[in-house]
Amino acid sequence: MNEKSQEVLLAEFDARVARGEKIEPGDWMPADYRKELIRMISQHAHSEIVGQLPEGQWIPFAPGFRRKLTLVAKVQDEAGHGQLLYTAAETLGKSREAMMDELLTGKAKYANVFNYPTPTWADVGIIGWLVDTSAVINQTMLAQSSYGPYARAMKRICYEEAFHIKQGYDSIVALAKGTPEQRAMVQDSINRWWYPTLMMSGPPTKLSEHTERSMKWKIKTKTNEQVRQEFINLIVPQIRALGFEVPDPDCKLNAQTGHFEYTQPDWNELKRVVNGDGPCNKERLDTRRKAHEDGMWVREALAVANKKAAA
Amino acid sequence: MDTQWETYEVFHQTKRGDPHVHVGAVHAPDPHMALQMARDQFARRMKCASIWVVRTKDVARTDYQDETFFAQILDKSYRDPKAFEAPDKGEH
Repeated sequence: MNEKSQEVLLAEFDARVARGEKIEPGDWMPADYRKELIRMISQHAHSEIVGQLPEGQWIPFAPGFRRKLTLVAKVQDEAGHGQLLYTAAETLGKSREAMMDELLTGKAKYANVFNYPTPTWADVGIIGWLVDTSAVINQTMLAQSSYGPYARAMKRICYEEAFHIKQGYDSIVALAKGTPEQRAMVQDSINRWWYPTLMMSGPPTKLSEHTERSMKWKIKTKTNEQVRQEFINLIVPQIRALGFEVPDPDCKLNAQTGHFEYTQPDWNELKRVVNGDGPCNKERLDTRRKAHEDGMWVREALAVANKKAAA
Repeated sequence: MDTQWETYEVFHQTKRGDPHVHVGAVHAPDPHMALQMARDQFARRMKCASIWVVRTKDVARTDYQDETFFAQILDKSYRDPKAFEAPDKGEH
């Protein structure tokens, strides 16, 4: 049925993307487009799965039943997002099992930010408020992605992330109205999460190996700097409105550009952390491996029950 | 241990009378578990009257590459209600 040359197929593909049409599973696509999407979507899925852990640790200690229920729901959402993204990546031909193996063996990368510790309750609120605000700006952009299954998953995820931000902000407001100790706890948490959160949007374009290609194919539609700037413009006034400080003396509004200026994070730190050498990388992967091994009897039991039912 | 269960496509009906809409896929060892997974994944927050799951490999699909399948050779405006004049409402 299809006897078009590679050149014609590529030209048609480029034209389809340029017109703003979505690419769907089963469409012809350049090998690099497929590869780049598998890389991005699987890293994104891993980030959701590992992202459960820093906050999940606080479930037993959440102050009050309502906050505990909310936190359980949020962490469950992260698991759901991970699964949605694995099924989106699978439409490109890589199995969920292969992706999970890469995560468990430490071969895969995931978001830097989940390799930092959460020593205080304020960290749970700050992750919801700062980290998830940054994530939503990125994900709202990805909801426009040229790959249909990724864009569809993102729409659903963005809706749920809105809940994550609001519950985080709500929990920080409660602390902000509290004692001087509680306010100090929030400020300390902002200080620790500020730069890791800025790093989340990725290195500047000149250091990013992937940006140019991803933008050409509309896998993403904004540069890392654009996403980071949007986040800063949105979050700085929110932080200051609650009477907290942005831990960057050079962070100020440039009246001419309308953008907040800011100090660049340490890009070497980002590199180290995503390559496995962050404060909690080992702890996170050990926890994931243990959960995977501990759940094995359930998967085995289901497989046996299924075999019996089929017999 | 193989965790690579089959995938099931999930169709979600928000309320009685609505169509079932495709919302994504879940991994499951059998259809019964697929329904449970689909409930946890797609109905833990959204209102839901009914869910269907279909084994992904059982879905027959058209080929995006096959441009002839949906080709419209003839002018099919005669199928369109807008191609005809509306009845006179008699408001003269």
